[in-house]
Amino acid sequence: MTTPPNALPESQIPSQPVAAVQRPAAQLLYWSVRRELWENRSIYVAPLVAAVLAMLGFFVGLTQFSRTHRMTSADPAHQFLMLVMPYGHTAWLLLITAFIVGVFYSLDALHGERRDRSILFWKSLPVSDLTTVISKAAIPLVVLPILVVVITAVTNLVMILLNTAGLLLSGLNPIALWRQVPLFQMELVLIYGVTVLALGQAPLYAWLLMVSAWARRTVFLWAVLPLLAISVAEKLVFNTTHFLSMLSDRLIGGSTDAFSFITPSGAPVDPHFIPLSQITPGKFFGNPDLWIGLAFAALFLTAAVRLRRYREPI
Amino acid sequence: MACIEARGLRKSFGATVAVDGIDLRVEEGRILGLIGPNGAGKTTALNAILGLTPYQGELKVLGRDPWNDRDHLMLDVSFIADVAVLPRWLRVSQALDYVAGVHPRFDRAKAESFLGKTAIKRTSKVRELSKGMVAQLHLALVMAIDAKLLVLDEPTLGLDILYRKQFYDSLLNDYFDRTRTIVVTTHQVEEIQDVLTDLMFINRGRIVLNCSMEEFESRYLEVMVNPEQVAAARALKPLHERQVFGRSVLLFDRADRQQLAALGEVRTPSIADLFVAVMGNQNGAPQGAAQ
Repeated sequence: MTTPPNALPESQIPSQPVAAVQRPAAQLLYWSVRRELWENRSIYVAPLVAAVLAMLGFFVGLTQFSRTHRMTSADPAHQFLMLVMPYGHTAWLLLITAFIVGVFYSLDALHGERRDRSILFWKSLPVSDLTTVISKAAIPLVVLPILVVVITAVTNLVMILLNTAGLLLSGLNPIALWRQVPLFQMELVLIYGVTVLALGQAPLYAWLLMVSAWARRTVFLWAVLPLLAISVAEKLVFNTTHFLSMLSDRLIGGSTDAFSFITPSGAPVDPHFIPLSQITPGKFFGNPDLWIGLAFAALFLTAAVRLRRYREPI
Repeated sequence: MACIEARGLRKSFGATVAVDGIDLRVEEGRILGLIGPNGAGKTTALNAILGLTPYQGELKVLGRDPWNDRDHLMLDVSFIADVAVLPRWLRVSQALDYVAGVHPRFDRAKAESFLGKTAIKRTSKVRELSKGMVAQLHLALVMAIDAKLLVLDEPTLGLDILYRKQFYDSLLNDYFDRTRTIVVTTHQVEEIQDVLTDLMFINRGRIVLNCSMEEFESRYLEVMVNPEQVAAARALKPLHERQVFGRSVLLFDRADRQQLAALGEVRTPSIADLFVAVMGNQNGAPQGAAQ
């Protein structure tokens, strides 16, 4: 930067500022993710509402516990299942909520900013399209899974405390309850489960993000119809359903590989309580479908970055 | 080093050529007004400069390639692309937090002090602010960024006259310091006449006039011709002629001031009058068609 020859010496100082260095990538990512949470409060409100519902349901169940208790069979396995079921429900309810939130979030993530023209404001700041797309992909792939794990842990803790209080009030010893409900183990399995889902469903969310960066309108239709068309075409031409089964496999995140639903003794495993001994990470990570899916996820996200660079307000 | 340097800048959308091979050089410390009719290619040219759209030809902004290096360029370039691009859900405090978080050259205290002069509350969301207040907020954010180039594309569109006046006043008094460069497009030409240092008319993707304001003032003269001398005045080949209250006003390019003074009242034309004259001729209207 040259200073005009007629400039006063003093003016050289402000006119030759130290070259600004971009904020560290982690900081840019942090503020970008916070920005998403400001805009889309449903990301944490919806799981919280689901947690409150789970708690309410549990509380209502507790008040009727004495009646149902008498009806339960003497089979200890069944009794155990009845005991842990509400805690398993919490996790499932939150997983389903997070999935719905994640899908709708991803459909809108790179479309909404073009619709309301705010993309022009975001692009006026020194944040790259790559950082923006990564921060948006992080919502369904990182933020929502963490919320599921944390909110489930807190909810289940509140529930077991409620249950303990109930037992104490009716003069029963709560120690058996704490000994029998494997909350910690359930939480570990949940952490494994959300990781499996995030990795397995990554191509799905990445696809939605890419379509939301590409489509001018009706993002949902553009996201769904091509997949449907390929499935139908395959069925008509080859009379096979490989594409459809691949899709449904990604939809459940390849989780059939991640767990064994038959115990070594041959008994079926109830999805409300999957013991830690039933996880099969070797099989999950060994399946090439996972890695092919992740490669596609990377491809879709790269396309989303490129599309965002070219895209203007709608 | 020039702030903006373009050679053969070209951009087409299908068969439509929006920017048709522009050569452009904007030095540091200038305030350039980019004036043109709707669809002239102003916004497209600015979008190319801001790295929002790919282009053909050579373009360097502060020595960088805008299309391939937008995020780094934005460390030194600010822009207000439109009046209403702040997202409606954003809170004022969040806007400050976010820009402070991502922009190393953002001076939060400065932005707060600009906002202190307005009626904008920190807890308000953009959707709760009036159009004028949103423009004030955006300007406060942009002025608190120590940028070398500020690009304003119709920054005051749809604002009332008070906000518009205030907008340019704060820009000149609180922001412009002769080392920064400002490029502004607007249809409210008369409001920026005293603000500009340079003027550029653009039409159909081409630059049709490019001069400094000093040059503008010395080159173009407007004469309200005495009725009996109209024929003599027309003989001097005016750029344009129009009627005001039944009298002819002729606009000249590079005419002799003394000679014109003999024909009537001489003054510097407004940018708007020159714009009409140049564009009228551009669009194929014969000279003096305003009769």
